[in-house]
Amino acid sequence: MSFTTSLRGAGANPSRRARMPPALRAYQYNLLAYKRTWRGSLTTTFLYPVLYLAAIGVGLGHLIDHGSNQAVGGVPYLWFLAPGLLAGTAMQIGANESTYPVMAGIKWLKTYFAMLATPLEVTDVLYGHLLWILTRVALASGVFLAVMTAFHTVPSLWAVAAFPAAVLTGAAFAAPVMAFSATRETDQSFVVLYRFGIVPLFLFSGTFFPIVQLPGWLQVVARCTPLYQGVSLCRGLVLGHPGGWDALGHSGYLLVMLLGGILAARATYRGRLVQ
Amino acid sequence: MSGSELDAETGAAVQARGLTKRFGEFTAVDGVDFDIQAGEAFGFLGPNGAGKTSTMRMIACLSPISGGSLQVLGLDPMRDGPRIRSRIGLVPQEDTLDLELTVRDNLYLYGRYFGLPKKQLRERVDQLLEFARLTERADERVDPLSGGMRRRLTIARALVSSPDLVILDEPTTGLDPQARHLLWDRLYRLKREGVTLVITTHYMDEAEQLCDRLVVMDAGRIAAAGSPRELIEQWSTREVVELRFEPEGHQAHGDRLADLAERVEVLPDRLLLYTDEGDATLDAVRSRGKSPIAALVRRSTLEDVFLHLTGRSLVE
Ligand SMILES: Nc1ncnc2c1ncn2[C@@H]1O[C@H](COP(=O)(O)OP(=O)(O)OP(=O)(O)O)[C@@H](O)[C@H]1O
Ligand SMILES: [Mg+2]
Repeated sequence: MSFTTSLRGAGANPSRRARMPPALRAYQYNLLAYKRTWRGSLTTTFLYPVLYLAAIGVGLGHLIDHGSNQAVGGVPYLWFLAPGLLAGTAMQIGANESTYPVMAGIKWLKTYFAMLATPLEVTDVLYGHLLWILTRVALASGVFLAVMTAFHTVPSLWAVAAFPAAVLTGAAFAAPVMAFSATRETDQSFVVLYRFGIVPLFLFSGTFFPIVQLPGWLQVVARCTPLYQGVSLCRGLVLGHPGGWDALGHSGYLLVMLLGGILAARATYRGRLVQ
Repeated sequence: MSGSELDAETGAAVQARGLTKRFGEFTAVDGVDFDIQAGEAFGFLGPNGAGKTSTMRMIACLSPISGGSLQVLGLDPMRDGPRIRSRIGLVPQEDTLDLELTVRDNLYLYGRYFGLPKKQLRERVDQLLEFARLTERADERVDPLSGGMRRRLTIARALVSSPDLVILDEPTTGLDPQARHLLWDRLYRLKREGVTLVITTHYMDEAEQLCDRLVVMDAGRIAAAGSPRELIEQWSTREVVELRFEPEGHQAHGDRLADLAERVEVLPDRLLLYTDEGDATLDAVRSRGKSPIAALVRRSTLEDVFLHLTGRSLVE
């Protein structure tokens, strides 16, 4: 009777027919967890873009546009800034979601280990989480583009393509940062990563001002940084001059970073989770 | 469990030969052999660091073996990990619950990892909540639950996929006596239905109650194997006389009384005399003068076996 009988009856033959792919089962965890906790991330997703665009774009832009806007390509400063912020935000969310949440999966909540005791494998855990991070980046980028439209900073229909470009930018950061996070014992390295990686990139990759303003050698450095690729790509698309080969180069760069990051993460995840 | 998927020759649910686990230079499991028959309850005992958890994790296909051979449910863990794990329920030594989610969500999501259909899973989750006596807390977050409640949830979660083999690594550590007895009852029922149980525990009464057979591990090796009764017969005397003197004097009293028993164990708080005739031995002790503060004659238990084999008391 009772518990065990009915329980075993129900699952004695867990259907072996095609089920949801394992990585999506891992993804589902994040989806449900997010449904329960999404309120906490409202500010970063919705409020920040508005505040940034309003404060820096409109406020500062007003001052700049009273001078000469030749430096920013002859468009209002807000038009110049918005796509840069779009790419920068995608990077930040991609990196953010790949640090502390990965540590939680390994150490704080041990959700990764819960998954690994089931039929899921290390790669399922990795891909499920990465897919979730891309979802977060996509959500934030979508909102950002919507806010940009509301601020009338989207002059071209090409801007639609800025959406996948922003997601690619976030992904290109997410994968290698996941690989890095899986090797960390404490979250202190994340502070270092931010201080010396993410924040400088955010400030000096052509997000807020054209990199031609930088001294010569720094221009070369800036041109080689990953965020510069995302910023240029998104800005070109939003302003309606995608720029053929350049855009391909930027996308290729980001794609290589994504794939390299995935390969690295496969190795570091395995090293950390399988002992 | 269908016999065809078990090891063809032995009918074993788990078969280990020379099973070894190394972490770098350190050997945690050092070439152990054992067979766990389908449908039996099999125990691993041993002091801290003996290699029990390392062995459990290899059986659960979470940890690759470093040497020897291992078969689980007739399959090779290195090749068929996901397939084996789909039929295993694991209660890890350390809980891996998501503290930010509700009790119900923890069970539900775990079932989803196994790919269980949603509707069937919802019913199962309700049954498991009853089982763990957590129905009233079902929609609360796990975070504020007591340690024992979390443990019960972990155990319930391991059963969500109706596994053929359930691995319980110290399942009752942190449970109150009532919850422990409740769990024992549930485990009996699972066993009656043919589920194979693999259990590690530091409670000897639990091992005696639950396990058909068990092994005592020490420093990565198996020190003894058999049913609880066999182990007691082989490694201990029929009875034990427990004596308590002034704490500083135990070693001296031990030396003085050594000839009265087959074996004497000197513990920090008491002296154990192993003998087949407890009352007679106690009389002999008394006739030598200097009576103990307290004395007790009892039957040998697994605890005595453990003490003999590992030189350590379980209750440290
Ligand atoms: N991932 C690891 N890396 C290095 N050493 C490890 C690792 N896991 C376990 N060990 C070592 O292997 C030995 C056996 O550990 P194990 O956890 O199997 O013991 P145990 O019998 O379960 O002990 P306890 O009763 O305390 O749970 C210990 O010395 C432990 O430090
Ligand atoms: Mg252990």
